[in-house]
Amino acid sequence: MQLAKEVKYLIHKEVLLEWRSKYTINGVLLYVVSTIFTCYLSFVSLNEKEKLIWNALFWIIMLFASINGVSKSFLQETKGQQLYSYILSSPAAVLISKTVYNTLLMLVLTTVALGFYIMVFSDYTPPDLLLYYVAVVMGSISFSTVFTMVSAIASKAGNGGMLMAILSFPIIIPVLILLIKLAKNAVDGLPWENSYDEIGMLLVVNVLTVATSLLLFPYLWRD
Amino acid sequence: MVIGIEGKHSLIQNYIRMNKTWWKIFGSVLVIYTAIAGLLLGVPRLPILNESIRNLYFHVPMWFAMIVLFSISVFYSIKSLSSKSEIDDMKAVESVNAGIIFGLLGLVTGAIWAKYTWGQFWSFDPKQNFAAISILLYFAYLILRNSIDEEQKRAKISAIYNIFAFPMMVVLLFVLPRLKDSLHPGNGGNPGFNSYDLDSRMRMVFYPACLGWILIGYWVYSIRFRIRSIENKQQAN
Repeated sequence: MQLAKEVKYLIHKEVLLEWRSKYTINGVLLYVVSTIFTCYLSFVSLNEKEKLIWNALFWIIMLFASINGVSKSFLQETKGQQLYSYILSSPAAVLISKTVYNTLLMLVLTTVALGFYIMVFSDYTPPDLLLYYVAVVMGSISFSTVFTMVSAIASKAGNGGMLMAILSFPIIIPVLILLIKLAKNAVDGLPWENSYDEIGMLLVVNVLTVATSLLLFPYLWRD
Repeated sequence: MVIGIEGKHSLIQNYIRMNKTWWKIFGSVLVIYTAIAGLLLGVPRLPILNESIRNLYFHVPMWFAMIVLFSISVFYSIKSLSSKSEIDDMKAVESVNAGIIFGLLGLVTGAIWAKYTWGQFWSFDPKQNFAAISILLYFAYLILRNSIDEEQKRAKISAIYNIFAFPMMVVLLFVLPRLKDSLHPGNGGNPGFNSYDLDSRMRMVFYPACLGWILIGYWVYSIRFRIRSIENKQQAN
């Protein structure tokens, strides 16, 4: 129960810090909105025939936005801040709280992004919007579990941005393939039974990622 | 780089163990046998594949050798996290180096085969793409190592990334290709190198080929490891 208490306090701390500055959420939201707008200006419209491009474009935008958003979690903390939280709490609590906070952040971000995306490219909306939203939620969870651990590794290695991209792309690609397949089922309007495989696989991959992260983070967190 | 007395002792033990020659001769004989028998012995006549089915002896063992070497690497990464020994870290990185050679050879032999059966070197088949991505994973591992100067920190962080990435590589190579349609033999209803057409003549060459190439891969890795440890010793003196 000690762990649950620590996690609760740490999440509260993260949310409070974010609420005071509103830097990450506003920064990434502006990033997403301007990227979607740039895409809109270059494509102008995506109709029924181009629904594959519609889907692919959305996931590319989400991938880069989430790398920018989640990588902040460890990279922006100073050494002193990290030391302080490591003295006060267990490594598992730090990792879990960061992952949960990043998931919340990504959920807000992807929901707003999906809404704006559908509004801008109004010629086309996926027929099964609920399934598409399930894919988006699964995407937020998977992106935050994978990128939280990778950003912890990249921040320890000391040279942030580029390393983050190199290390995370090969790991996220299998997840992304599953996500795009799930989202494509929604775009094609297939019945839900066809998507249970992908949802199950995504859950398995996430459990696997969280489990390995929890095992490995205690070795990583202290210098 | 200073290795303590205990470290030197285990280094010497390693030399003795690795210098045993019987398995090296065994591996070389197996590979020479498969090279000759693989090209000369009879194979079943299958449509499309025809004689190119012989690529089984040269393409598939590369992946077996790669998987074995990457598993060795993960084993030593886990070991180096708890032992903090420099030797374990060296073993982990050298087995990745040797594994990448076999991964690239697997991609090349596959691409040459694909040119004659599918018409293109690279036809965006899921198996080809996933294999390429899993090689990228290990290139990322090597770049991560290059980016850190301090040796103990490098050993720790790269070991963590290696262990974290391994389950994803397993998903990439063994799970995802089964969910997608692929032209690769054994996938999506294509005639595969499965039990029904891997007849007894082919088994007599295929199994020795796998064992032989795994042994050769382990040999490459042990030579690389020994060169690396001699270099380190010279630097220390």
